Amino acid sequence: MPATALTELDREITLPAAGVWGTKSRKDALARLTAMGLPNHRDEYWKYTRPETLTSATPTPAAIFDGNDEAPMFDAIDCLQITFIDGVFDADASDDLEMAGVSIERLATAMENDIHWAKDLYGTLETNGQNPVQRPLAALNSATATDGVVIHATGQAAKPVLIRYLHQNETSDAVLHHVIKLDDGAALTVLETGPAAARLNKVMEVDQGNEARFNHVCTQGRDHARRAVTHIFARLATESRFKSFTLTANGVLTRNECIIEITGDDAFAHVAGAALGDGDFHHDDTVFITHDAVNCESRQVFKKVLRNGATGVFQGKILVQPDAQKTDGYQISQALLLDDDSQFLAKPELEIYADDVACSHGSTTGAIDETALFYLRSRGVEKDEAQDLLVLSFLAEAIGEIEDEVLADEIQSRLESWLKRHSS
Amino acid sequence: MLEIKNLQVSLEEEDKQILKGVDLSIGEGEVHAIMGPNGSGKSTTSYVLSGKDGYEVTDGSAKLNGNDLLDMEPEERAAAGLFLAFQYPVEIPGVGNMTFLRTAVNSQRKARGEDELSAGEFLKVVREKAKALKIDADMLKRPVNVGFSGGEKKRNEILQMAMLEPKMCVLDETDSGLDVDAMKLVAEGVNALRDGKRSFLVITHYQRLLDHIKPDVVHIMANGRIIKSGGPELALEVENNGYADLLEETA
Ligand SMILES: Nc1ncnc2c1ncn2[C@@H]1O[C@H](COP(=O)(O)OP(=O)(O)O)[C@@H](O)[C@H]1O
Ligand SMILES: [Mg+2]
Repeated sequence: MPATALTELDREITLPAAGVWGTKSRKDALARLTAMGLPNHRDEYWKYTRPETLTSATPTPAAIFDGNDEAPMFDAIDCLQITFIDGVFDADASDDLEMAGVSIERLATAMENDIHWAKDLYGTLETNGQNPVQRPLAALNSATATDGVVIHATGQAAKPVLIRYLHQNETSDAVLHHVIKLDDGAALTVLETGPAAARLNKVMEVDQGNEARFNHVCTQGRDHARRAVTHIFARLATESRFKSFTLTANGVLTRNECIIEITGDDAFAHVAGAALGDGDFHHDDTVFITHDAVNCESRQVFKKVLRNGATGVFQGKILVQPDAQKTDGYQISQALLLDDDSQFLAKPELEIYADDVACSHGSTTGAIDETALFYLRSRGVEKDEAQDLLVLSFLAEAIGEIEDEVLADEIQSRLESWLKRHSS
Repeated sequence: MLEIKNLQVSLEEEDKQILKGVDLSIGEGEVHAIMGPNGSGKSTTSYVLSGKDGYEVTDGSAKLNGNDLLDMEPEERAAAGLFLAFQYPVEIPGVGNMTFLRTAVNSQRKARGEDELSAGEFLKVVREKAKALKIDADMLKRPVNVGFSGGEKKRNEILQMAMLEPKMCVLDETDSGLDVDAMKLVAEGVNALRDGKRSFLVITHYQRLLDHIKPDVVHIMANGRIIKSGGPELALEVENNGYADLLEETA
């Protein structure tokens, strides 16, 4: 496959070899990207986060982080485990991709199969998600993804699928694309953990049939120097349920986008995140939920704890189309700034074209509540510990979005450890 | 137990003196009450004793068993045996009442060089004390004071006091906003802690709490000073005649 030189993009893009439909999908994606151009800091959608290090031809090297002082994330949970090292699937470090209720393949394998179901999905939800706001880095991903998994849930998955992303090479540049399809009534939990690479560009497309349930918990590792841009594109049919939670602690640059189109009635989509940043940390949550069906519910709950000059960004939108009556939309984005050097930039948006809806949104930036701090200290709790308790109190609403208690407890204990390591 | 001498306190933010020389001496096992009109400086006294920010002590001293309270962090004062039941207990969403209690008890034990209580031991003690205060399992599980009624909040303060076993308890308007039954429950909780050694400073606006928690000494505070001290009969005098006469007497 020849490298395609694009003067418009200021960088060379190489389309990896793929089968017939893969090649077509990649070319289409490249055409989309070429029409849009790569993002730059003058773009409205990139006002708060500089995309240059995400669009450059080569990644900024990132030191390898040794996180062996903690047990691996989700270690105690019985999962089907899939491992990528610096963005490359590692069969030896992965379980057999066999499990009741689902079929799992590597993306490259699926692309070699000319009549594969993923053919109609790969890049499709990404394409839908390009309107009304362009997401060039997702198109770049569809054009150039070198690896990923395709998962087809036909029933209730026997166990969660755990995708581990290990980072072992200081200059690795991972482009991963996962395609997940849930048949009517199917249920699947996907857990993801790890930094993946010095730079990660990840897309996950999730297509849910009627009454399908998708549950997602992601933690982005503890590496300080890594950069990541991730996109989730989900399409929800009637009475389907989508739940996603992401924990981001550390990371010099993260942009997590979640784009959901609710197309079937009585469905719900809950997206949540907790971010903890100390020092050179920039974290951006960008969410776009489109209600295009009746009686659906969506929630966005994002909390950030920032210290020593860390930056948090939230851009969240609820778009309610004219026929999406009885929509229940909720959006909250809050930052707790532990000092005056840190900052939170938020752009919450509601755009509503139906008349019978209940939507609310709120965004706040605050410091530790001195009255509460004094209350705890007056009971004998030391200042640092009292502050940590109040940070956990602040994050509780986001953690509460995780339905599974075992997963919520695991996340909670990671938060507590982070706070102990980053005490003032 | 508690020795306050000529305590003078101003606000840090503005140049305003609130306490204008308070003297108070509470012996071991004694119960003292402070009464006085709104704004006289009762809460300020309790806050300065427990170390709240925003106040500047310009003169005087406050000692607990000979230790200079004013020199300590709030948590050190607590570990030294001081407890303040807040007039307005604070809500802390997302932190379970039980977690809070255990953190507090173990923090103090640690500060005093004692072993932490195991989860099992702790649970046993908490259940027993909560029962006496009619605090059910649900209230123990819920986030600290969130969604609690006024009475529940005050009972929760007394539960904390019972768990922390302080030497010197300061209760700031623990009776405010309580109906008669709730007040009795709270008073019983306090009386259960009277053991001849533990001392109490009960701040109240009304005499009625003192029917249930019998004080040894009653002080009247007005305009940043203690203007009169006496026996329990002083509280009755206030109840019958109000503060006006007393204020005139000392003006
Ligand atoms: N933090 C503060 N800021 C401003 N004024 C205060 C503050 N704390 C106390 N005061 C003032 O000090 C006086 C005494 O208040 P307080 O101690 O609460 O009285 P009490 O408890 O006897 O009703 C009042 O005039 C009150 O307005
Ligand atoms: Mg008061």
